[in-house]
Amino acid sequence: MIKDKLSRTPVSQQPLVVHKEEQGGIGSLVEVEINNRKIQVQMGTTILEACKENNIHIPTLCYHEDLCLAGLCRICVVEIEGMRTLQASCTYPITNKLKIQTSSEKVRKARRHILDLLLSEHYGECYVCHRNGNCELQSLAKEYGVDGFKFGHITERRHSVDRSSYSVIRDMDKCVLCKRCVRTCIDLQEVGVLEATHRGYDTTISTFYDKPLADVICINCGQCINRCPTAALKANDPSDEIWVAIDDPKKHVVIQTAPSPRASIGEEFGLPAGHSMTKQLNTALRWIGFDKVFDTNFTADLTIMEEGTELLNRLKKKIVEGDNSIKLPQFTSCSPGWVKYIEHFYPDYLDYLSSCKSPQQMFGALIKTFYAQENNIAPEDIVTVALMPCSAKKFECNRPEMHSSGFKDVDYGLTTREMAQMIKEAGIYLPDLDGSGFDDPFGDASGAGLIFGATGGVMEAALRTVYEIVTGREVPFENLEITPCRGFEGVRQASVKLEGTLPEWNFLEGVDLNFMIAHGTANAKKVMEALVRGELENIHFIEIMACPGGCIGGGGQPIPTSPEIRKKRAEAIYNEDRGLELRKSHNNPHIKYIYEKFLIDGPCGHISHKLLHTHYVKRGKFIA
Amino acid sequence: MLVSEKHGLTLEIEKLAEKYGRTREALLPILQEIQMKHGYISEFAQQEIANFLDIHPVEVYGVVTFYAFLSRKPQGRYIVKLCQTIACDLAGKEAIARAIERELNIKFGETTPDMKFTLEYINCMGMCDQGPALLINDDVYTHLTPHKTIEIIKSYK
Amino acid sequence: MPIMNDTIQFNVGEHRLALEKALKLAPQDIVMEIREAGLKGRGGAGFPTGTKWLMALSAIADKKFVICNADEGEPGTFKDRVLLDEYTNLVIDGITIGGYAIQAAEAIIYLRAEYKYLHHKLERFLEEKRENNQLGNNILNSGFNFDIKIRLGSGAYVCGEETALIESLEGHRGEARNRPPFPVNTGFMGYPTIVNNVETFASAAIIISKGAEWFREIGISKSYGTKLVSISGDCKKPGVYEVPFGISINDLLKMVQADEAKAVQVGGASGQCIPESQFDRKISFEDLSTGGSVMIFNKSRDMLHILRNFMEFFVEESCGQCSPCRIGNKKLLEGVELIEQGKCSYTYLNELIELGKSMQLASKCGLGQSSPNPFISILTNFENEVFSTR
Repeated sequence: MIKDKLSRTPVSQQPLVVHKEEQGGIGSLVEVEINNRKIQVQMGTTILEACKENNIHIPTLCYHEDLCLAGLCRICVVEIEGMRTLQASCTYPITNKLKIQTSSEKVRKARRHILDLLLSEHYGECYVCHRNGNCELQSLAKEYGVDGFKFGHITERRHSVDRSSYSVIRDMDKCVLCKRCVRTCIDLQEVGVLEATHRGYDTTISTFYDKPLADVICINCGQCINRCPTAALKANDPSDEIWVAIDDPKKHVVIQTAPSPRASIGEEFGLPAGHSMTKQLNTALRWIGFDKVFDTNFTADLTIMEEGTELLNRLKKKIVEGDNSIKLPQFTSCSPGWVKYIEHFYPDYLDYLSSCKSPQQMFGALIKTFYAQENNIAPEDIVTVALMPCSAKKFECNRPEMHSSGFKDVDYGLTTREMAQMIKEAGIYLPDLDGSGFDDPFGDASGAGLIFGATGGVMEAALRTVYEIVTGREVPFENLEITPCRGFEGVRQASVKLEGTLPEWNFLEGVDLNFMIAHGTANAKKVMEALVRGELENIHFIEIMACPGGCIGGGGQPIPTSPEIRKKRAEAIYNEDRGLELRKSHNNPHIKYIYEKFLIDGPCGHISHKLLHTHYVKRGKFIA
Repeated sequence: MLVSEKHGLTLEIEKLAEKYGRTREALLPILQEIQMKHGYISEFAQQEIANFLDIHPVEVYGVVTFYAFLSRKPQGRYIVKLCQTIACDLAGKEAIARAIERELNIKFGETTPDMKFTLEYINCMGMCDQGPALLINDDVYTHLTPHKTIEIIKSYK
Repeated sequence: MPIMNDTIQFNVGEHRLALEKALKLAPQDIVMEIREAGLKGRGGAGFPTGTKWLMALSAIADKKFVICNADEGEPGTFKDRVLLDEYTNLVIDGITIGGYAIQAAEAIIYLRAEYKYLHHKLERFLEEKRENNQLGNNILNSGFNFDIKIRLGSGAYVCGEETALIESLEGHRGEARNRPPFPVNTGFMGYPTIVNNVETFASAAIIISKGAEWFREIGISKSYGTKLVSISGDCKKPGVYEVPFGISINDLLKMVQADEAKAVQVGGASGQCIPESQFDRKISFEDLSTGGSVMIFNKSRDMLHILRNFMEFFVEESCGQCSPCRIGNKKLLEGVELIEQGKCSYTYLNELIELGKSMQLASKCGLGQSSPNPFISILTNFENEVFSTR
């Protein structure tokens, strides 16, 4: 469907292709001896993979499952019989009979030396570090019983901390130059903000001309944070300010929680991935002192109403009225990382983006208007906090456009990690708590809003509603599970035929509603390039999430991340949806209520336009 | 930088991109030509090059900062590069260095105020049998003595 | 400056017909001839050239590349400069023969920026070769199409490492790649590529011209043929010399009239520093391997000063990607400074030597694997001068 552009990944970092003529070919088995144990592995398996499969532990640092191979930290070296030097096990493919020692004297000594070198350059102390207890360098030091700085310890900063961004803070004095962030930014996300610069001992990871992150084309996705082994990258944490608001009796502090953090926050308390903690979290938030605990899914439902209506309006204008200024396909706009990506990289295509705000911002706008009125609270006394899986949400709530209530609609965006920290600080062990529900009036939400958290979720939720608006019938998928929307394929395409339409929508009779889903901005780029080439003319609706896996893989989610972890988080969300009574946004009684009472001219009406829709900024790629 | 100047540079880079191809392999030759013509590769030039080759500006920056012969700051018309590696060092590079510094009244790493000379050290330039040696732009001078060096510098003034 | 002694192999006139002769042979015959001759890489690593060519020849691909590594950056080495300058034809014919042997159509000479003054001369020479039908389409009516272009480096020692060189050609930072895959399978732009030193190509042309048997009669067992050495430092007659493998350091010193020698650095900054007691050792792949650099230090020289110069070089020239090389060299340099200040304990010195050994084993490429060599060899061979009696 879409041709892959030649990857710009350096050849060194591309996965190895074993040339068939060399040996038996990929897939055939080869016997190796690891630590005097004979093991059969598939041809082309790396030594590291072979060891993992056979429960032999090898320490790693620059290796990350999501990223192309680098082989540059050298901590994973092993000894291969007959070779003069040690080899990095993460990159060495097994193509013939090898005799490998993973813990010989040479290996242990070299690893320890490398570790000592890295520690000597690692600024600061572990007990004043936010990654204390979850740092890969620290774990290695522990694993190797390091009890002193063999080669000294850096005592002065070489770099200043870059706090310019609303989303990501960079402290290069903690950097071990594993280049995971570089590979994330350039290869995984194709944003290209971070790269190794300078040479030799002066090598650092930096932005273009070492500019502050806020001044470059960073989309705030935070994927680099998720993959940083140390504390060199972190999200901009507002929790101190939130504590101040909570402690201030005059302030009415409300929090909305997005589905993805609820599916992952258990990991911060030592639970395996895939445990949804929605109800316990509600209790914890009340204990901490939030005055109201709301569900972002409510405005996810609202987003579906608005965005679905917007799509139908666009279709109507284009097909019935023949208005060619109408842009189709319509792109989703709930991922702030994606929004900033398109603003930077495809500024001429902003009209394709739905004008709907994200659920977070819709929520904020309603809290300081509708909710404030209904409950007689002065909007200036309300502090809204959004618990999000996302670092870009921090930037989003600080966008100047996001003041439609007359105030800053959402005061703080808080990540899953920061929330867990606050809960711990309050002396709460989350898994021990009894569950409780959300507060009204935004307490009820549908499963459609819930599944926003996984890639394809917005599309599935929208289809459940759009199909029913147009045909009066439920979408024809068993148990409402629109399976073509699910999965982790980078770019997915499918269609639903609209048949038996209601009279109002009969211009859509027999139309295949074609939609696409992409996650991760590298995949978004493929879609955009296809759009630029004019190949997407028959597509109607495209969902794009900036982060791999969608929100469950967001830049504010617990560390570590991996395809397996993201899959489990997504399953947790889909399971929760399956268990709900309310599965469709338009059936949510509170949604009906708000359109009757407040947004009285309906979806995409005048009031909703003022509060729930926004406009975008042509940013461009040029860095001033 | 003036708008007209910027535009000229863009055209120039476009021409180079046509000459060497709009692919990543063209990056170094383009950078080398810009370096040769302008004496440095400006921030603007780096972004324009990135644009034409469809790579990220930071990747260009990463490359420019990697190679010793590419510079980001305007340099003098004549770049004096004195070899600092061992053979030239033992042959008396130190005295040559001091002589040039005195003559031009700048230190290594600096440029004369009239933008005529930039003074730099380089690593082994392969003239070890004829040291001390230096390069002025692409021209090689060997068997230097302080006196001879000053005569050479003078000939560029 | 010409090669200074009577030439053994590098007689330009004699090898004029090398190319013509090669094009009459089958590619695999050339490869076999080179293998037969036992030619090993002249850049320093000493990998058998015939084996490399054979692997590239048997690799299946739509395109193959030949790269001539003229990024001669090793301190104390300048023989490639002389070859390119004065024996251009031999080098170019060698590259063309290499191209024919592996059935490539394109070659790139990666010329270090410091030799830019040779660029125009080389371009003119290539143009001449094209006019004489010794490059381009249907070379000497053999049906073989081949051309050579020149690409300049930009001042990075590490680009002499073959995979870093390829990265540089592809427009990246000169950071060494993981191996395997080797360039003979996955090289420039992912195509099978042979990367050989300037002198290796010249030697290949000579072998084709004179035959493997002739070549094997020169040198010693396992190190056949002659080697160009660039001699500098404290001697009366520095320069490039062609010597047969197996020549001892003592003989070299006599040849260049170095009377007061205390130490000889063989193999450049990344080589070994040999004390007088070992001057009977021989230049060969099995004993003292060198890409061509021989630097002589006399009795007045401070070995610690020399070591410091080397370590400063590596701290600057490390590409900085792998941790042992990036930080390790800095620690070794700091160690030298501690010794200078009289603050380095014997225990710490040993720790640094152990660190150097780990760097030799664990670094990603040849730079980091060999950069501790001067530290270890100077502190081992000259411990008395450098450390104990300081």
